[in-house]
Amino acid sequence: MSENEKKPLVDEREREKLLAILEDAQGKLGYLPEGFIANTAHSLGLSISEIYGVSTFYSFLSTRPLGKNVIRICKSVPCYLKNSRMIIESIQKELGITPGETTPDGRFSFELTNCIGACDKAPAMLVNDDVHGTLTPDKIPEVLRACV
Amino acid sequence: MAEKRILLKNCEVIDPRDIDTYLDRDGFKALAKARDEMTPEETIGEVKTSGLRGRGGAGFPCGAKWELARKAQGDEKFLICNADEGEVGTFKDRYIMENDPFTLVEGMGIAAYAIGAKTAYIYLRAEYHFLLDVLNSAIDQAKEKGFLEHLDIHIREGAGSYICGEESALMDSIEGKRGEARFRPPFPPTRGLWGKPTIINNVETLMNIPQIILNGAEWYSKLGTEQSKGTKVFSVSGDVERPGIYEMVLGCELKELVIDLAGAKNVKMAQVGGAAGKVIPYSMIDIALSYETVLGSGAVTVLDESRDTIDFVYRTMEFFAEESCGKCAPCREGTEVMVEILGRLAVGDGAEEDIQALEDLSNVMMLSSLCGLGQAAPIPVLDTLKHFRNDYENRISQSVFLRSLRGINS
Repeated sequence: MSENEKKPLVDEREREKLLAILEDAQGKLGYLPEGFIANTAHSLGLSISEIYGVSTFYSFLSTRPLGKNVIRICKSVPCYLKNSRMIIESIQKELGITPGETTPDGRFSFELTNCIGACDKAPAMLVNDDVHGTLTPDKIPEVLRACV
Repeated sequence: MAEKRILLKNCEVIDPRDIDTYLDRDGFKALAKARDEMTPEETIGEVKTSGLRGRGGAGFPCGAKWELARKAQGDEKFLICNADEGEVGTFKDRYIMENDPFTLVEGMGIAAYAIGAKTAYIYLRAEYHFLLDVLNSAIDQAKEKGFLEHLDIHIREGAGSYICGEESALMDSIEGKRGEARFRPPFPPTRGLWGKPTIINNVETLMNIPQIILNGAEWYSKLGTEQSKGTKVFSVSGDVERPGIYEMVLGCELKELVIDLAGAKNVKMAQVGGAAGKVIPYSMIDIALSYETVLGSGAVTVLDESRDTIDFVYRTMEFFAEESCGKCAPCREGTEVMVEILGRLAVGDGAEEDIQALEDLSNVMMLSSLCGLGQAAPIPVLDTLKHFRNDYENRISQSVFLRSLRGINS
């Protein structure tokens, strides 16, 4: 697709949809493949670099494949004070991967994230969209087993 | 002073999925009063007289902001509810939305009527995706009952970015762009979303509106201090026995909140207002919580005597460095350099000139950063340098000693 073939952007308000389009694809495909970014750029009449720029700005969007289940452990101060390190270590041990990696079977990705607003239940983590709080290392295997 | 639940009076009382339980408790009466008995100008006047200030952290007078948008020329105006609660240690808006989404919807209805907006957005952070259903259901039920004939409320979800809680970055994000702070002026009430007059209010700010309209500005302004009217919802976390949400009349003491209510022991310090908040040492624990003194978003993170000051500040700065949008150099580079210095100090590899460097950098960032992120990031550094300077100085002398053991000249 060359730049000249790009459809002109009829209305800058069209672009409002972009984040929702990317979030939707992230949910369905598990990441934003290059081809998808190029097609989205074409259909919205924007440059590929614009879409790529947005895709890489937000921490819940990914341009590399993520696992079927994404675990995000909060590493901000309130969770840190409640021993989030122990949770990070036990996830690491259970899954055999370090933050930023995906298990070879593609079942889990594991990331560290900033405050998820569950400080009253610290230490806390998100498994996909669900908050798991007041965690202890012995709760981890059970939480992981519940993930399909 | 005990808790005083005014904003949170319905939380854990009504069924957040059933509008009838809300209607039984005077639900939507304030919106009806505003629309039937008051002009938009009178509605704004009431909010102005109440003295309500923004609850997201900045504390701008709410009524004055609305008036700017009301008076701004424009064929289209927008209302945005900022539900991007990303400030570290803050979870009050989550609690509000999961327990009483209806008051929020009603508050938005009144705000939109006052400023003349027909379209409103709730910008919900990605981490709160699990609240999408309860919010949508509240909007749908309010619509079905005919309360939202004047207004369309849309929910826009963020995608994981602290800076998008900053109002100008938030608007860029709704527009489908990277969430980067904008140069101001122009300010949003005159030129905001797609260049149109826009009001951005925090969830908690909007929760105040129905109470003000229903009970009157005079009643409301009797609560609190001269510059800080009403109640504030605090999120207490860290080294406390009872972490959670507490609603207090503004002007209450920090001590009442963290020791009497939340049960903190051996307090070393409390950070008030999230990562960008002021650090209050135990010697100042009786400080009042208000806009005049210290408040921010109402996040209170307590650290006890066992905690290391520098480790805490280092982790806080790491947060800012990761979440800086990168648009302006003072913030993008300043936070990174601070992480480098604090990281060295944390592991015992500090140098004599580090304190001076931190102070110089802080001044530059506060003066020249584009938005609140870079302007506020140095606050925990400067506050701990003020109240816990010994910790820094000791760490530096330890570093010199450690290097001498390793045979390296300091």
